Amino acid sequence: MRGDDLKDSAQGEFDKLRKRLREVFPTLRQPELRRDLWPDMLRRLERPQDRVPWFDWALLAFTVAVVIFYPALIPALLYQL
Amino acid sequence: MELLKRFAEGDLDAFEELFRQCQGDVYRWIVRIVRDPAAAEDLTVETFWRVHRAHAQFHPDGNFVAWIRRIATNLALDHLRRVRPPLPLLEDVPAKEKPDAVVQQEVRKTILRAFAELPVRLRIVVQLGLIEDESYKEIADSLGISLAAVKLRMFRGVRALRKNLDQQGVRP
Repeated sequence: MRGDDLKDSAQGEFDKLRKRLREVFPTLRQPELRRDLWPDMLRRLERPQDRVPWFDWALLAFTVAVVIFYPALIPALLYQL
Repeated sequence: MELLKRFAEGDLDAFEELFRQCQGDVYRWIVRIVRDPAAAEDLTVETFWRVHRAHAQFHPDGNFVAWIRRIATNLALDHLRRVRPPLPLLEDVPAKEKPDAVVQQEVRKTILRAFAELPVRLRIVVQLGLIEDESYKEIADSLGISLAAVKLRMFRGVRALRKNLDQQGVRP
């Protein structure tokens, strides 16, 4: 097989996959919004802001403590991110 | 420009006007990613709430539409991560009345499963690029990544999908 043939064959496979996917997931050309969302928006604006869960603060404190007391762990921490 | 300036200063009337102008576009974009109208409505409201909260960070000379689309995309991605498979479909496509309808239905289920098993960051690129026919540039802008990264994710997504289907004996 020459380079061009390989390229054509890869494109052919790609097109077949696209066709298959579109059979399973119909393309949503212009899905329309069924109602005005402004009343929902006003309700959302009136709701108090979500508070940060205590666990997140505890996790942050733990991470800061690790960074301060065990700086050698910073590369390992970054790797996990 | 005047409207955006007023919005950036925290004017609620300006925000309402922008909301009414853009809610349809934002909804259409989100529903194409999450394929669930009810969730898309909630995410549209959430997107605008974040926009409102961050109004002071917006520069009136900036591109409001690109900014809001980026926020909407990130929220839609978070939603997809929370709502793992089965991937919701906007409308169920019935199997055609053919002798091999059962086989077709099985193949369809296999493709759905394989697609839902893709990592979300690859799935969204394949979905927008292959199914929704969005340009790579549009996808890159909305995800906040480079064009090269979109191409790479598309390549990896297609390869992973094909590998998964091959393993299950389905040739696209």
